[in-house]
Amino acid sequence: MKKELICIACPIGCHLEIYPDEDYRVEGNQCKRGLYYGKKELTNPTRIITSTVAIEGGIYRRIPVVTKGEVPKDLIFDAMKIINKVRVISPIKRGDVIVKNILDTGVDVVASRSM
Amino acid sequence: MKQYDLIIIGGGSAGLAAAIEARKNGVESILLLERDAELGGILLQCIHNGFGLKVFKEELTGPEYAERFIEELRGMNIEYKLNSMVTTLKPDKTIQYANANEGFVIVKGKAVILTMGCYERSAGAINIPGNRPSGVLTAGTAQKYLNIDGYLVGKRVFILGSGDIGLIMARRMSLEGAKVLGVAEILPYSSGLQRNIVQCLDDYNIPLYLNHTVTEIIGESKLSKVVISKVDGFTKIKGTEKEFEVDTLLLSVGLIPENGLSESCGIELDPRTKGPIVDESYQTSVEGIFACGNVLHVHDLVDYVTSEAKKAGYKAAEYVRKKLVNGESFRTIAGEGISYVIPQMINKDNLVDNVELFMRVRKVYRDANIIIKGDNKVIKIIKKKHLAPAEMEIVKLKVDDFKNISKNLSIEVEV
Repeated sequence: MKKELICIACPIGCHLEIYPDEDYRVEGNQCKRGLYYGKKELTNPTRIITSTVAIEGGIYRRIPVVTKGEVPKDLIFDAMKIINKVRVISPIKRGDVIVKNILDTGVDVVASRSM
Repeated sequence: MKQYDLIIIGGGSAGLAAAIEARKNGVESILLLERDAELGGILLQCIHNGFGLKVFKEELTGPEYAERFIEELRGMNIEYKLNSMVTTLKPDKTIQYANANEGFVIVKGKAVILTMGCYERSAGAINIPGNRPSGVLTAGTAQKYLNIDGYLVGKRVFILGSGDIGLIMARRMSLEGAKVLGVAEILPYSSGLQRNIVQCLDDYNIPLYLNHTVTEIIGESKLSKVVISKVDGFTKIKGTEKEFEVDTLLLSVGLIPENGLSESCGIELDPRTKGPIVDESYQTSVEGIFACGNVLHVHDLVDYVTSEAKKAGYKAAEYVRKKLVNGESFRTIAGEGISYVIPQMINKDNLVDNVELFMRVRKVYRDANIIIKGDNKVIKIIKKKHLAPAEMEIVKLKVDDFKNISKNLSIEVEV
């Protein structure tokens, strides 16, 4: 049985063919990240989350944040509920931890700019 | 009137990289003019990840990508002015700008680099039939409201056009609790990157209607409904209408290089790219004025903007040092299947390293060849499994490839 996916590891977007019966063998990838993505997308799909949190004292009212690693796809909306409750106070530096270990995924949410 | 060796107009990704590269190549007196309150340009509102895979070999968000360059620029003590709007650019390279502290100021550069970026095609430009209620806005405007100011512009959203900003906003608004009912694309293929179809639409079960467009906007003072229809080419097919109850219609229908200043300066523009005509050194038709980034042609990756801007910065430094020659040049020609080629001119005397030709194809191709001809003789054939208008193609040529060319270089697609 063959599964077809478009790799989202980078903007090239390789058309992958994955064979789950053969230990998730991947064809059509142009780099190693495609091998990893192909298997992972069919076994445990994950995504980076990017959003903003409220900031006081900054030049704008929101500061952008990013998960410092991928989190399971089915936790995205639960993670958003937590992110949307956070308020921070300026100054914040790029990379500062905004939410530690979100939903026990082992992944921190960090500021993606200084403000 | 203050004099500079180099003045750069626009402090986004192109302006930052061009300034840094010019300084690295020995240009001491540089002035960077930015109309916004911060350096960084549109990257600041592109909070999603996917930037930097080529330049930094890691995946960054827009603000992270921008901040790395802003820090490098500040570390070099390059002079920049914020909230400063350039109002006039003249062929003798005098520039008038205005800001609240200094009022109107006139400065002069030995060289100028244009890095003003691009703007979004708006509702007025695409003539959608129906009412003119509030709730119709460009995807980039909605992005700024949401990511910078913290306002979600609507709860039930339809998106016209499958450009990348529209796709990114489909995901972003879904994450913030809006319901995105669909994306209509008039062409038979998406104009955004494939990965964005997967991670922005498929992930959130948002349908993409290819060969469809919005054929009616309904609403008194506020938008209440949009009607989409299937199209045959650009003609609506009757009886295929679908209605969506929405409060917001986002437009992601193309970007246009912002060349008001260039035009008023008499710089020759390419009708296809809507950006200046440039040579291999990114010099425009006005000597000493260079252009790079989205003001030159709309890029799909910021990484390409950076590499282009670095070259323009380097070449502008060469010009300041009077090392650039304005000798005999020939044209590049966008042949069958190609919509444009950058640069449009090649001046052989200035070729020192590899030349990168940027181009877009006119439609989607599978298993096609890109054929490069010099004076109508084939000099290179590149096999491609997949070509699409949304994905910019880059062809690298060596200086030696130009050796026997005197009239033109043409590029075409052969199936």
